Amino acid sequence: MIGDSFLGSTFIALLAGVPLTLQLVVLSVTAGAVLAYGLATMRVSGKLSLDLLARAYVFVFRGTPLLVQIFAIYYGLGQFPSVRHSVLWPWLRQPYWCAILALALNTGAYASEIIRGGLLSVPAGQIEAAMACGMSRFTRYRRVILPLAIRQMLPAYSNEVIVMVKSTALASTITMMEVTGIAAKLISASYRPIEIFACAGALYLAVNFVVGRLFAAMEFALSSERRAAPSLPGPVVRS
Amino acid sequence: MNLKAVAIAVVMAASIPVAASADQQVVRIATEGAYAPWSFSAPNGKLDGFEIDLAKVLCERMKVKCEVVPQNWDGIIPALVAKKYDAIMSALSVTPKRKETIAFSTPYAAAVNTFAVLADGDLKALPGSGEAYSLDTEQDAAKARIADMAKVLQGKVVGVQGSTTAATFVETYLKGAVQVHEYRTTEEHDFDLMNGRLDAVLANATVLTAALEKSDMKDAKLAGPLFSGGVFGVIAVGLRKEDTGLKQQFDDAIASALKDGTVKELSLKWFKLDVGPRG
Repeated sequence: MIGDSFLGSTFIALLAGVPLTLQLVVLSVTAGAVLAYGLATMRVSGKLSLDLLARAYVFVFRGTPLLVQIFAIYYGLGQFPSVRHSVLWPWLRQPYWCAILALALNTGAYASEIIRGGLLSVPAGQIEAAMACGMSRFTRYRRVILPLAIRQMLPAYSNEVIVMVKSTALASTITMMEVTGIAAKLISASYRPIEIFACAGALYLAVNFVVGRLFAAMEFALSSERRAAPSLPGPVVRS
Repeated sequence: MNLKAVAIAVVMAASIPVAASADQQVVRIATEGAYAPWSFSAPNGKLDGFEIDLAKVLCERMKVKCEVVPQNWDGIIPALVAKKYDAIMSALSVTPKRKETIAFSTPYAAAVNTFAVLADGDLKALPGSGEAYSLDTEQDAAKARIADMAKVLQGKVVGVQGSTTAATFVETYLKGAVQVHEYRTTEEHDFDLMNGRLDAVLANATVLTAALEKSDMKDAKLAGPLFSGGVFGVIAVGLRKEDTGLKQQFDDAIASALKDGTVKELSLKWFKLDVGPRG
């Protein structure tokens, strides 16, 4: 059986950490995307106060190490009695929510710049054309700006999500037993770091392979204009 | 300079350290450096503590030049095997599992572990405070006491440093009763005890005693019995299995330092009690 060999049993033990790793990724990337969209609209709003606020946020969270942010949120916030007595403490008490919070705040900063770049890449002529057609602001975003912006930002954003998958490994520093946390524990029991880290690395590769394919599929779906039109029935001659 | 000359120069440069170390053997000793008062970083950034002092004494007696290097606890044994250094002096307990991978010198200290809790927390009346049990010679009494404690500890969150004998202890005796959180250092679990994330921590009694002297831990106290022996084992120098010559040197140096009272003297200096191996 696969569980009998050392590699097999290591692999099975590490698999138990995959659900937690995925939860950390999905929750933090989702929350981070919402935050990033808000920050990006602040940046392109044209209002100086909102712009400066978003710039300051991005400066701080993009300019400091994620590990420092995780420690600051997990150990730092817990030092203040006012935080410990606040309504947020039942969540901040748990390493799980601290990890998600730190990861979300961090990816929010990076992703906001990606979204801003996407929004700015939409040609002015396209927006003007949409306005000329009498589209409302909402329709304009839905039908013209966002599809174009999302298509532009997908390659950069897929990078960001892949980085996030790997960044969840840092949650092991605040006692979370995700893939890397379990790997560290297994190493301390067997002293065979090469096999165990190879297994852990393979799991991250597998997750990131799926993430990469998902983004490739989205890119394909959003770039129909770059493909040849589907052939029509009948004798249509094409060059 | 032609290619041949470059090659010769490279080979010569590479061979210089070998020639230099032939005069005097250099032994590199790894320590965690975050386990006061055994080993810690002093405010000036230098390593200090019981094991740093002891390493100096042992190296003098072994007539070798020593270099003490800091190393994260969780990789300390794999890095020894990978020859990043030659010995470990880091309150490293002798356990059967570790003996499969590395060799140990004769022990230079006993390992006594106990719990710390918040002085006004739910666990302030943990049974067995003030008692001491050897898991080797008083196994039945210790187990009965642990069973009493397990009732009080039911559902509580206990912090331990990962890959330690304290982690083995909770795994062996309190599995199912408590929720265990594993930390990279004891300092981190101390933080979380004070934050209220943990109900108790289990660690080496000398380390907890030193930590409790700090002002930010004034609201915590030791609780429950002192446990020694069994899973906690004794503390010795960790060495690679093939380095039998070095093991012999360490064995002789430790034996002489135990015999003339140097270990006891250093122990009293750092722990205010004698942690020397008994018997």
